[in-house]
Amino acid sequence: MSRTFLGLPVPRRTGGARTLPDDVDRPGGHGTSSGPGAASDAFGDVPHPDAPLRWGDTFPDAAREALQNTQLRRNLAHATSTIRAKRAAVVDEVPDWEALRDAGSAIKTDVMARLPELLEELERSVVARGGVVHWARDADEANRIVTGLVQAKGVDEVVKVKSMATQEIGLNEALAAEGIAAYETDLAELIVQLADDMPSHILVPAIHRNRAEIREIFLARMGDAPPDLSDVPRELAMAARAHLRRKFLSAKVAISGANFGVADTGTLTVVESEGNGRMCLTLPETLITVMGIEKVVPTYTDLEVFLQLLPRSSTGERMNPYTSLWTGVTPGDGPQEFHLVLLDNGRTDVLADEVGRAALHCIRCSACLNVCPVYERVGGHAYGSVYPGPIGAILTPQLTKSSGGMSGHRDPNASLPYASTLCGACYEVCPVKIDIPSILVELRAREVDADRGRPTGWGAAMKAASFVLSDARRFALAEKAAGLGRVVAGPKGRISTLPPPASGWTRSRDLPAPAKQTFRDWWRDRPSAEPGPPGHDGPEVPPNPGLGDEGEGR
Amino acid sequence: MSARDDVLARVRAALSGTTAQGRPTAAGAGPARVPVPRDYRAHGDLAPGSAEAVEVLVDRLEDYKAHVHRADGPTDVARIVGELLARATSVVVPPGLDDGWLSGLTAGTAVVHDARDDPRTPDELDHVDAVVTGARVAIADTGTIVLDGEPDQGRRAITLVPDLHVCVVRTDQVLHTVPEAVRLLAAHPARPQTWISGPSATSDIELSRVEGVHGPRTLHVVLVPSGT
Repeated sequence: MSRTFLGLPVPRRTGGARTLPDDVDRPGGHGTSSGPGAASDAFGDVPHPDAPLRWGDTFPDAAREALQNTQLRRNLAHATSTIRAKRAAVVDEVPDWEALRDAGSAIKTDVMARLPELLEELERSVVARGGVVHWARDADEANRIVTGLVQAKGVDEVVKVKSMATQEIGLNEALAAEGIAAYETDLAELIVQLADDMPSHILVPAIHRNRAEIREIFLARMGDAPPDLSDVPRELAMAARAHLRRKFLSAKVAISGANFGVADTGTLTVVESEGNGRMCLTLPETLITVMGIEKVVPTYTDLEVFLQLLPRSSTGERMNPYTSLWTGVTPGDGPQEFHLVLLDNGRTDVLADEVGRAALHCIRCSACLNVCPVYERVGGHAYGSVYPGPIGAILTPQLTKSSGGMSGHRDPNASLPYASTLCGACYEVCPVKIDIPSILVELRAREVDADRGRPTGWGAAMKAASFVLSDARRFALAEKAAGLGRVVAGPKGRISTLPPPASGWTRSRDLPAPAKQTFRDWWRDRPSAEPGPPGHDGPEVPPNPGLGDEGEGR
Repeated sequence: MSARDDVLARVRAALSGTTAQGRPTAAGAGPARVPVPRDYRAHGDLAPGSAEAVEVLVDRLEDYKAHVHRADGPTDVARIVGELLARATSVVVPPGLDDGWLSGLTAGTAVVHDARDDPRTPDELDHVDAVVTGARVAIADTGTIVLDGEPDQGRRAITLVPDLHVCVVRTDQVLHTVPEAVRLLAAHPARPQTWISGPSATSDIELSRVEGVHGPRTLHVVLVPSGT
């Protein structure tokens, strides 16, 4: 497997059609990508995938690779434990947190039930205030719309606010193919873009990088980075400020996502921290916002719920530093041309599933990533989608359903519902109470159903088990045979490798050695006594009845 | 079929025959509203403008590295603003700002005027050191100040590009909770709003908070008693 200099696992399925703007020669410039010429040895070739919702290996394979990377695990453990503590502290000080979650959950359920009328209402409200509304069935259509709007303004560069929707559709790459450079302005997105990397977290796309790595990336790729740059976070942030200042002041077109779109007023909302969002939403003449259709909320006052739930759940702050709300065009203040692109791109497939549709309630806070024991160890790249973690494990397969994302063994995305221990931590922290574990179980059932009829190791094993278990004599013979497992296990009492098809189990788990004595032998040999209710004067029970010697590995 | 009609048709098809809870709808009935329980606090315990609410606001503002100053009246506001801008060579002000607040400025500080019908360019604002504005409302619980673009607050750009923001908040504008503020702002939902909670910040490097990125790196909040 190829690796970057900094030891990150990289997507292996390369995107061949990446076209890059010639941005390398501009002093201090950085573009959609640094271009082939700038792909310095320091960062290796980290190709961007063709499909932002499906790249790399299946989850078990990618996870195994990621687990070898101790630097990545250290970075993630530090970052997620920091954010978990901050979130817990600010959630604990809200006396009505559970009532807010109940309201948030119900509002989202209501939105899904009334989605057609709410979308039409949002469109009417935005148009009434001087905005233009576009609709996009899929990523290609959304990219074509945005590219056309940018070209109509006669510019070849745009500034961007961090947005999951535009990540999902691969907008930067689509713009690059038309010779338009898209400048990511969020600090973490900037780090990812400069390193020609992929995001690994919904809120903090560069969470897999530590300060020393970020310093190296800035020095190698930022052009105007001060040569004596240290790895103190404040200095790194100041370097980003200086780097992007001119872009903000001169940009003619900005592209954003939206956290919420209010149907009854046409108000759009962006929640951010650095002020890069305000720069993009305020200074350029034209603003293009790409919003998933599920982000609509019915009324303006519904914001009183979500603007409490989101900041505390995501950054662990009582309120994020900046929240911008705008409604169409305000004469004399801010962009005088506003376009809203409403994006489907698989969302209606999710909506059609009565169980899975709750994944559309997500407000992209990323609390579920930060508490997930699986995410904390494997990181975001192993999920092979811009939506990693528990929410990604239920959202990605469903969003890609039409291209086979839930079609059983044939699609890497179909392995995502298994990227969980079902511990339930994600459900506990979800601000809109998405029951992620239950949906994971449901999607696993769908995946098994999709494979039904095809011979599988699992199916064969179950058939064999049924044959053995249905006859006492056969079972007794099998018990004797199982005793051989103690030889395979050796003194450690664990079996770590078995030949196929049993290797499917031992690849990711140890198998405990079978017991010295079977339960039936133990039952037969137990000291005879008068049968009676168990109690202190009951028959003496041999130690560790019917179980292996080793407590571990069960 | 247009993309619009296509997407809406897909949404309707996805929902057809069921409610969001998976129960079949009555034939011909429109989509049923899902009842929303609103048992959360619509109002806090602290009265608007009360000393207790102001205390909470100050605590939250300082926690997020905003500087808080207490003025005892309009003259005192002018004195504080004058001290804060003593080293500023220029300050931009919105058209409806209380002139009295600027009476403490020294001759060395040029006042730049900005209005919707007479806007400064981003480059011009980039050469201005500071901005002084009023505010629409403040939220104690979260340490948030909301600007809504009215004449005492001005265009969004003027509170964004200069590196130092002095924001004068009347104590009667201080509300305890987010819902109280949203319901007040709902009277004019179309006004462009900026909610500010401390100076700009980032947590993108190892999730450690660093104050001061692209927005103003310094935020001064001057609290002035109402009715003075």
